[in-house]
Amino acid sequence: MNLYESIRMSFRSLSANKMRSILTMLGIIIGTGAVIALVSVGQGAQAFITEQIQSIGSNLIFVFPGQFDQGGGTRSPASQQPLTLEDAQAIADPMRIPYVAAVAPTVSRSVTVTYRGESRTVPLSGTTPEFEFVRNFPVEAGVFISDSDVARSARVAVLGWQTADTFFGGPEFALGETVRVNNVPFVVVGVLQEKGGQAGFGGGSPDNQIVVPISTAQQRLFASRTATARGRRIDLIYISAVDEASIDRAIEEITWLLRQRRDIPLGASDGFTVASQKDVLGVFEQITGVLTIFLGAIAGISLLVGGIGIMNIMLVSVTERTREIGIRKAVGAKRRDILWQFLIESIVLSIIGGLIGIGFGWTLATIVNTLDAFTTLVSADSVILAVGFSMFVGLFFGIYPASRASNLNPIDALRYE
Amino acid sequence: MLIELRDICKIYQMGDMQVRAVCGVTLDVEKGELISIMGPSGSGKSTLMNIIGLLDQPTSGEYWLEGADVAKLDENTLAEIRNRRIGFVFQSYNLLARTTALDNVELPLIYSGTKNRRRKAREALETVGLADRVDHRPNELSGGQQQRVAIARALVNDPDIILADEPTGNLDTKTGLEIIDLFQRLNKERGITILFVTHDSEIADFTRRIIHIRDGAIEHNERVENQRMARDVLTELIAAKEEDAATPSDKELVAVER
Ligand SMILES: Nc1ncnc2c1ncn2[C@@H]1O[C@H](COP(=O)(O)OP(=O)(O)OP(=O)(O)O)[C@@H](O)[C@H]1O
Ligand SMILES: [Mg+2]
Repeated sequence: MNLYESIRMSFRSLSANKMRSILTMLGIIIGTGAVIALVSVGQGAQAFITEQIQSIGSNLIFVFPGQFDQGGGTRSPASQQPLTLEDAQAIADPMRIPYVAAVAPTVSRSVTVTYRGESRTVPLSGTTPEFEFVRNFPVEAGVFISDSDVARSARVAVLGWQTADTFFGGPEFALGETVRVNNVPFVVVGVLQEKGGQAGFGGGSPDNQIVVPISTAQQRLFASRTATARGRRIDLIYISAVDEASIDRAIEEITWLLRQRRDIPLGASDGFTVASQKDVLGVFEQITGVLTIFLGAIAGISLLVGGIGIMNIMLVSVTERTREIGIRKAVGAKRRDILWQFLIESIVLSIIGGLIGIGFGWTLATIVNTLDAFTTLVSADSVILAVGFSMFVGLFFGIYPASRASNLNPIDALRYE
Repeated sequence: MLIELRDICKIYQMGDMQVRAVCGVTLDVEKGELISIMGPSGSGKSTLMNIIGLLDQPTSGEYWLEGADVAKLDENTLAEIRNRRIGFVFQSYNLLARTTALDNVELPLIYSGTKNRRRKAREALETVGLADRVDHRPNELSGGQQQRVAIARALVNDPDIILADEPTGNLDTKTGLEIIDLFQRLNKERGITILFVTHDSEIADFTRRIIHIRDGAIEHNERVENQRMARDVLTELIAAKEEDAATPSDKELVAVER
């Protein structure tokens, strides 16, 4: 019997046992589809966060009080000192650190914005004009806050796109209007471009935020909370390095400068953190990596369930199929003929099931994506893994029992129970 | 000599007990013989047929097929002999479920790589009187019809030997006679060697030799003196039927009087 005959025989056998063929395929479809869909959620989250953090700004460095890693040095009172505006000014001095392009000291708080009796709670950043460049927030209408606004502690505000849209129905209608921030009146001078995306890094969407001069925030909004012995306290410094290559050097110099300014003794811990965008990205990638592994584990379980499904159908039909093999051998089939038939049957089922499974997983991922709950990303790895595993299970449990049965006497195969 | 069995035994081990399904069978079958095998239920007829049909191996003893020691033949050669030289009719038919009568009969032809398979399968089904049932699946056929599909499958590859385990067991007298007539013709015209099992001594009388089996051993070999021809009996039967039809029965007469 030649290959062509074997192929015809397999197709005939598959179509003669439609229910069995469909059930076997279903196992493969579920296994493949579930893995592809679930892994796509994890990888989508990873891609989303990476994109979000990258959109924060280019060559960005963060300085914030406190330290993730306290290990190594001992704590000293000097380490407990807050960040101040004066620290930021020192970093910004090009004579001291040539690798720094721009510095945006920031006070950030949650505030209530009111306009004509309607109010919203939004994140506020009190900062300097450099913020626009460092954080990559170009204005869509009007202007950003200026140096003179900061110098005068002017009560001017720049609104995020979404905030402007909610209160005024569009960026152009917001300009010149007065809003109340924690009951202090501010004139809207500009509206930021839309960033898009969901709730992101640093609480709330960048489209929801409101930006005011740092001096105004410190003196008129949170006066009681910002004055310290060492100067005016700030929460965060955003720094832009001159280029990507100088990020590491800049971090080193900033750390050294801040330690010096605080008289932190050698061996004591910093008490503040200087991190690049990449460091932050690394932390988040670790988190989403765990998510992907977790979802992958769930997916692995569905593969296993699908695999057990395939196995079950194959094993349940083993009695019937062993008798079939007995009949075929009795009328003259060779072991080779039997193996070819079962191999081709299994390959056909696995390929068709695998393809439908890919389509099913892909569709599921796309639906989840359009639901806006998660971003999903179907990767080649997950497709190969899912299809590979299902195929392996399908082939193994298709061929192994057949191979065993084809070794039996025709009579023993016919009597098999 | 076509078939030589020497002291063949088939013993099943059931726990501590040994079941001697067949034991000490020595038998010679010449080419062109027509033989029937008789014996009570459980006497080992099927077991013996399976061994002769190369479907099962004896526990001990020798089996020579056309001078070749069967024990020394490899798997593929055995498969080829089963395919081209032996037609086997199982007591329980053993048809492929969910597969049409035609496909079932075609099966041996696929494994022998024969051409014009559909036509040959169809002809074999016609021979057993099932031309109008080619597209029926086993579960859509009566027991006797399934038996005839099994016979057609055994005939289809023009074997040298036909082994039939109770081929008429589920057939009415007339259909049974037709099958025996077919066997007699195949035996006479083509010289095919045929062995079949039967419980019916009248059917056994259509052969030239009857082998009586009891408790797994051959009790005796009986030569049939006046071998009957199934064709003659069939002709008589048909004549009697026509006579029946010519003279109306009493019942019909009553109906006419009213
Ligand atoms: N696989 C087996 N395992 C154990 N014992 C078996 C097996 N097959 C057959 N036997 C025993 O061998 C004996 C002969 O069985 P066999 O089927 O050859 O009888 P038979 O003459 O064909 O009977 P019947 O006329 O009812 O078909 C029986 O007693 C049976 O119980
Ligand atoms: Mg029997």
